[in-house]
Amino acid sequence: MSETTTTTTEPTPAAPTGAVVSARDLTRRYGEGDTAVDALRGVSLDVSRGELLAVMGPSGSGKSTLMHILAGLDRPTSGEVTIAGTEISKLNDNDLTKLRREHIGFVFQFFNLLPMLDAEENVVLPLSIAGEKPDKQWVNELLDQVGLAQRRAHKPSELSGGQQQRVAIGRALVNKPTIIFADEPTGNLDSKTSGEILELLERSVRELNQTIVMVTHEPRAAAIADRILFIDDGLIVREAREISPHDIVAAMEELGA
Amino acid sequence: MTAFALRGLLGRKLRTALTAIAIVLGVATVSGTYVLTDSINNAFHSIFYETRAGSDAVVSGKSPFDVSGGTGTSAPSFDESLLQKVRALPEVAEAQGQVNGDAHLIGKNGKAIVYGGAPNLGFSIADGASRFNPLQLVSGSWPKADEVVVDKSTASKEHFKIGQVIGVQSQGPVKRLRMSGTVKFGSVSTIGGATLAGFNLPTAQQLFDKPGKLDEIAVAAAQGVSDQKLISSIQSVLPPDTQVRTAQAQAHEDAKDTDSFISFLQKFLLGFGGVALFVGSFVIANSLSITIAQRTREFATLRTLGASRPQILRSVMLEALVMGVLASIVGLFAGLALAKGLFSLFDAVGFTLPNNGLTLETRTIVVALIVGIVVTLVASLRPALRATRVPPIAAVREGATLPESRWARFRLPAAIVVTALGFAGLVSGLFVPNLSTGQILLLMLGGALLVFIGIALLSVRLIGPLAWSLGWPASKIGGAPGTLARDNARRNPQRTASTASALMIGLALVTLVSLLASGIVASFRGAVNNIWRNADYAITAQNNFDPIPIAASDAVKKAPGVIEVGDVRAGEALAFGKKIAITAVNPPAANVFNLDWTHGSASVMANLGTDGAFVDKDYAKSHHLDIGSPVPLTFSDGSQELLNVKGIFDPPTGGSPFGRVTMSTTVFDKHTSNPENVFSFVVMKGGQTDANQAALDRTLQDFPNAKAATRQKFIDNQISGLSSILNILYVLLALSVVVSLFGIVNTLVLTVFERTREIGMLRAIGMTRRQVRRMIRHESVITALIGAAIGIALGVILAALLIARVDFIVLSIPIGQLIIFALAAILVGIIAAIFPARRASRLNVLQALQYE
Repeated sequence: MSETTTTTTEPTPAAPTGAVVSARDLTRRYGEGDTAVDALRGVSLDVSRGELLAVMGPSGSGKSTLMHILAGLDRPTSGEVTIAGTEISKLNDNDLTKLRREHIGFVFQFFNLLPMLDAEENVVLPLSIAGEKPDKQWVNELLDQVGLAQRRAHKPSELSGGQQQRVAIGRALVNKPTIIFADEPTGNLDSKTSGEILELLERSVRELNQTIVMVTHEPRAAAIADRILFIDDGLIVREAREISPHDIVAAMEELGA
Repeated sequence: MTAFALRGLLGRKLRTALTAIAIVLGVATVSGTYVLTDSINNAFHSIFYETRAGSDAVVSGKSPFDVSGGTGTSAPSFDESLLQKVRALPEVAEAQGQVNGDAHLIGKNGKAIVYGGAPNLGFSIADGASRFNPLQLVSGSWPKADEVVVDKSTASKEHFKIGQVIGVQSQGPVKRLRMSGTVKFGSVSTIGGATLAGFNLPTAQQLFDKPGKLDEIAVAAAQGVSDQKLISSIQSVLPPDTQVRTAQAQAHEDAKDTDSFISFLQKFLLGFGGVALFVGSFVIANSLSITIAQRTREFATLRTLGASRPQILRSVMLEALVMGVLASIVGLFAGLALAKGLFSLFDAVGFTLPNNGLTLETRTIVVALIVGIVVTLVASLRPALRATRVPPIAAVREGATLPESRWARFRLPAAIVVTALGFAGLVSGLFVPNLSTGQILLLMLGGALLVFIGIALLSVRLIGPLAWSLGWPASKIGGAPGTLARDNARRNPQRTASTASALMIGLALVTLVSLLASGIVASFRGAVNNIWRNADYAITAQNNFDPIPIAASDAVKKAPGVIEVGDVRAGEALAFGKKIAITAVNPPAANVFNLDWTHGSASVMANLGTDGAFVDKDYAKSHHLDIGSPVPLTFSDGSQELLNVKGIFDPPTGGSPFGRVTMSTTVFDKHTSNPENVFSFVVMKGGQTDANQAALDRTLQDFPNAKAATRQKFIDNQISGLSSILNILYVLLALSVVVSLFGIVNTLVLTVFERTREIGMLRAIGMTRRQVRRMIRHESVITALIGAAIGIALGVILAALLIARVDFIVLSIPIGQLIIFALAAILVGIIAAIFPARRASRLNVLQALQYE
């Protein structure tokens, strides 16, 4: 076990000031009776504007559940989630849809692009869905940012995995959401491409002041984060800032992953 | 969002096309029906209106009741002296008399020329210069005394040459006439299978046995005389049993018969279009459900990107709309081809229809498009609603499936309720007394629809056991692929059930039809054998239903070996204010017929005399008739007769050969201008022998339209008409089976698509391409057999219900035919599997394994 130079703290409720996403005492129980599983057993966290937060943990730790609940895809059994000042766990489908349009972007492990649309159309899809006219200049700038200026007219099937994920990131950024949730964004990519995608995510935070919550089990991915939450057995067991991939591996091993 | 929906369709061309085929076929049936019936209607109307084109008014005989309907009763002829009176009117420029009737041309073989059931029209024609003549001379000259002109197509089919002497028969024995020319009917290219024979007036009067009589006077108005003025002036000279109409009104009257035939044909064919569309809606709903299930992640992703539920609903419905519009347009034009095919089909079964080119009315376009689009949208609604229930979280879940509908747990009770309601509708439509025709139709149609939908829903529960048992042979002969096929068929019962249900509907209807037909045949045979137990031979027209001259029967009576000839004549009359079918028998009929008399005995027939009648039990009951009750009759010529009931009989299952009221031929002939027999039954010394048959044939040589058949042959002849109709029914129902075949293709293609990775795995662990094909084929056959099993069972139940209500049909199950239907279902399964199986077997193993 190597020496850690990082500060590790107990999971504490972060200061609510500047938080764009905050969660209080989240629990999530699947099933009932004897077969009930507690995926989350009381998690609280805050994400502040412009922060890149990584959530790590072994499989079955509850990290995916946490992200689903933070993103409004799933509802907590108890607890509260606030995004951009709105408590979302009680919102109905319509209000959730509105919230997604205005405040949330997604990046998926399997890209989830629409196969019949070309790269540019996929990128502007959230605007089209919301019935907004895309700002041409912004779209050009964005396509440039994600490195797809030359491939804007290509269909997903004509793009490599990395390029597809760039399209997906462009799509997540296009409506300048309050928060982007990235679910294992490099989980389906080779290591070189992963590096490029991570760099792109990092750049989005640093240059565009985007806020990102990323769930990953790859230490290399987590290493770009400002802050890492380690989850095990439905609880945040550790919080770390700016630690090396090496130390992350160690931390994960400690969790038995 | 709109654009994406459309792009989605383009991205799934094959799936969209396969789904749309169901609609294309259904719409094609509807538009084909309209095109066909409009075309026939057009052809008939040009015949009727062109016939009257040269006239301003038409004088004809008047009957106290409507004699249209083709039962052989016609308006009375009138004295030709009227022609002079009409001609003398100052308002009349020109007038000409005409007689008409059936005229059979005799072919080379000495038999009457008959094309299917088409009429053999005979009429007098004025010389070619007359404005009243709608015919055009093709070759030769107009007929003079003892001459005939024949329509060009019959002349060329029979190789008649101008100057040749040909036989023509109407009333009385064959007349030998010289063919002076050939004619054609104005603009109509074919007039169906009808034959035309034109004569000059005296020849025609003689031929039709109307000496000194006319059937019609065609009148042209003098310069400047209005129709109204013309009509009223003619009316002033008309005797009471005649009437005058404007030429337009007369043409309209002439067209009445064919109009009602065409409107019946139209409804009949539209019924089958409706069935095809109904089956098509199952196929669409099923295909869309599968496609949407496969697109779960896509919808979920759209939801995470901010798409609302209404947006998802709109985008799926928009896809359906576009597909519905395209498919309906294609179907509309496919209908034109189908109409052509139907013309040939009717032609092939001996039912040639007049054809004057295809007619595409605006109504056809509007109805076809609306029906196609609405059916597509309705069928898409449920799958579209399911798509809206895809939760956004499905975007991040591996192998996410569509959530169960909120109503899933009500599915079984709902299915039971729907089925029960359906059967309740059917049963009440059949058995509740005093319903109007409209109510009965509504109950029956609604009931049938609900039964089909209910059974389709219920069949989900049957898929497990049915697939297990029907798949048993597959697992035995197909090895591992067969066993997998059997398991695959049970894997998604909902899907298998929907796919099989489409075929179920078609097969249920085919089974229903075949049971009804076999019931009719069985009871008809029984009835004929029973009623004419004593008769050895029957004399009928060549086409088995036209009337034949009484002279034929008179000749037979004198033939060697003939003991007794019972004649039956048929017509119409008014009784108790209603038009009824009447029949007449001669005294020897008493020894030929064997009826079940509730009042009186067989001797009644011999003793009807000049005032006697017998009626069937139901008629007696509804009009409170008993022995001795008076029955006042008004005949078509306006004359009246008061008859007394002398006997009441119970008509046999299988139908009675008699009208509501039957009298002696003496009474009948007194009130009928040209009485004819429909059948004559002959009792001969020695019964049915070759010598007797030869004797009858020899006697009938002078009556080319008549033939003698043994009782058995007579039954077969009568039934052959039924089998023609049956064949048309089967062809029309086959269309809905074809729709369901595409349904199976579609499901299999989508299933293969879905199981790409699985098939790749099977190939990777050693399954050969052949085995893959076999696996798909067996699954297809099992699905088809499930549809057949449920369909045939349902068909039998429906037939049993119907037969229980209709007292002239007995229930008889044609096992052989049902087996053929099951085999046909297997064939459907095999054909449906060809394309999907090939696709599955050609999957690249490596790509299939990586397929996401």
